Amino acid sequence: MTRLKDTDVVIVGLGAAGGVAALPLAQAGIDVVGLEAGTWLTRRDFAPDELRNNYRGWPQGIQKANHEIPTSRATASSPTAPRGAIHPMQNAVGGTTLHYWAQSWRLNPWDFKVVSETTRRYGGSRIPKGSTVEDWPFGLDELEPYYDKVEYELGVSGQAGNVNGKIDPRGNPFEGSRKRPYPMPALRWTAFIEKMAGAARGLGWNPFPGPAAVNSRSYQNRSACMYHGFCNRGGCHVDAKNSTAVTTIPRAQATGHLKVVTRAHVTTIEADANGHVAGVNYLADGVEYFQPAKVVLLASYTYENVRMLLLSKSKAFPKGLANNRGQVGRHYFSHHMGAGVSALFPFDIGAWYGLPAQGVAVDNWADDNFDHGALDFIGGGNLWVYSDRRPIGAAGMNTFGRAPAWGSAWKAFIKENADRSNAAYIQKSTLPYEDNYLDLDPAVKDPLGYPVCRVTAEYKENERKISAFTQDKMEQWYREAGAIEIQRAPLGGAMGVSTHAYGGTRMGDNAETNVVNRWGFAHDAPNLGVLGASVMGTSGAHNPTLTVQALAWRTAEHLVKNWKNVARPSSY
Amino acid sequence: MTFISRRDLLKAAAIVPIARGFQSDARPENLTATEMELLEAIVARLIPTDANGPGAKEAHAAHYIDRALGSALAPSLAAYRTGLATLDRYARSLRGASFTQLPPADQDTVLLDVESGAATGFTGSSTSFFNMVLNHTHQGTFGDPYYGGNANFVGWDLIGYPGVRTMVTTTDQKNLEAKTMKPNHKSAYEYEFTKANHHD
Repeated sequence: MTRLKDTDVVIVGLGAAGGVAALPLAQAGIDVVGLEAGTWLTRRDFAPDELRNNYRGWPQGIQKANHEIPTSRATASSPTAPRGAIHPMQNAVGGTTLHYWAQSWRLNPWDFKVVSETTRRYGGSRIPKGSTVEDWPFGLDELEPYYDKVEYELGVSGQAGNVNGKIDPRGNPFEGSRKRPYPMPALRWTAFIEKMAGAARGLGWNPFPGPAAVNSRSYQNRSACMYHGFCNRGGCHVDAKNSTAVTTIPRAQATGHLKVVTRAHVTTIEADANGHVAGVNYLADGVEYFQPAKVVLLASYTYENVRMLLLSKSKAFPKGLANNRGQVGRHYFSHHMGAGVSALFPFDIGAWYGLPAQGVAVDNWADDNFDHGALDFIGGGNLWVYSDRRPIGAAGMNTFGRAPAWGSAWKAFIKENADRSNAAYIQKSTLPYEDNYLDLDPAVKDPLGYPVCRVTAEYKENERKISAFTQDKMEQWYREAGAIEIQRAPLGGAMGVSTHAYGGTRMGDNAETNVVNRWGFAHDAPNLGVLGASVMGTSGAHNPTLTVQALAWRTAEHLVKNWKNVARPSSY
Repeated sequence: MTFISRRDLLKAAAIVPIARGFQSDARPENLTATEMELLEAIVARLIPTDANGPGAKEAHAAHYIDRALGSALAPSLAAYRTGLATLDRYARSLRGASFTQLPPADQDTVLLDVESGAATGFTGSSTSFFNMVLNHTHQGTFGDPYYGGNANFVGWDLIGYPGVRTMVTTTDQKNLEAKTMKPNHKSAYEYEFTKANHHD
């Protein structure tokens, strides 16, 4: 074990969250060591290669995460599902922001106040039975300045719908008030996306372009998007996708206060007898290191955040770090992105190029944007139609019962229809429930012998009702645009392992039901901050990353302003 | 702007040979000659050569699978070995001859049983073997030619994919929508910036 020189802050994981938090800290002159299990990738790693990106689990370099794929089951009495072959997240400097879809949404104001707003509008009995949902400790207004900060620091393109309370019909009329427009206009639309927008207007809905951390024009001396069609699980060959690897991390390094350590596989976080964290243990090329720090920011993915805390046992925390009240792993949920709708059109839709963040959204049926008085669920879904197609995926298209899966009839079908289908996953809100949780798998271990994370979670009645309701809306929309066939996926059962995983270290004022306080620091380990969607108590109907990044900036800023109160007082 | 200029691309295309060449008489790399012959016959029924043009045979999909079974698909090699042998035994029991000796209609009957799970003798369900072969046949027909399949871009031409590009302008998109975009017949690995990244 090599004990390294003390540092102010150690960040575990330089991805979407850690890569953002590093910047305000470094800019304030705080010395940060960023430990990253992966390596730097460059544009040479970003070949436009569908086989490698979408079928072979790019990148093929060091993938710590791939040895730690969680196991999953629907309920505590269900059998464990077959384990996935590829972890949805990526180890690299920049993490999953390198190959994610880059949709960069703010949450809806309702998402912060699900309990109080539902109670006010419909009565408290409308909170689904068994749900452990709480209001966030603050509202959207508290997070707005941080959304604004990261939108400009990273670069987000989009069309504002509500600037200082003034509704702009080109944007999302349901978004909360923002102080200023996006730093870049929205990504362009294809003819098919225009057609879908027209169809939505015909239905009396409010279509608008979705926000993306992708340059619609050159920004911060980086190129505009080339729309080449390999953004889905591929990195950007011109750095137009605003990964933390090309934005906040290099900017933090330039201050001289961020040291990036790659291939650092963090195993545990150490705590002293007083309940302060003291630093982290990691392995690099087979050598064990201890990195002491005054503050530890845990910024890996939801599953790894929970796992790291549960694995880090000490005298002060015999059940795992910050888990003396048994809340680590609780209030887990994932976005319900199954239960989609597929459509077949009688014309080519020109989707061979473009990116999944380039599209048209409808929020009329999301969150509490519509009256649920006569309905038997709360929440809703964001309808999203985008341009994304590559040839292997196209060949595997749904044949809508019009052709078999192979042979001459199939070949004739795909020759005609390869560019005629579209699919909407419909991003729907999910609530936390008392019996949906994360813990350590009792049998499956990683190559070092540490148990992997286990997901025990299923979508409940409320989520399935949202699915059925939003599938109706999606079908209506596709039909209005001329779809000739529609297929709906099942409404959803077991959650499985997700790319939008929330909770497990929830943020809230009540230390009995939440792991971290309103600033993101552990109630029971005051110099341990947790970053990522694991702190979020609701999902809303929109992608988590921008919220994760806004929260990361806010936690880091709080640390800068309250260094003396948060940092470990004495050396370890 | 840091993207690669059209001139660089043309230059790269001129000097970078497309993926390692494939000779139809080449020995398989991972399967036996008998297994390879059987796999060739199967993929030729999955995506047949017909009035709609070349199929998996012309794409060299079996060659793609054979090669990948030594690298990215290596974990599936045993499943291929067992599955191919079992499929051939099933063909003999059902139609009295090795799969490769059967007329196309009988081959299809065998494959339909393997697809549905009705075929006997398989470890577990024959459907999972069928789905694996079908998925890999798609990869070998519609994947980047760098990996040895989709020879002469026959897969991409079949479905009208106009090819890997590094830049698609608004005008390009309009041409695509107007059906005036010509296929460029390029592998990802003909572009200069990907060259340090070759792998199997």
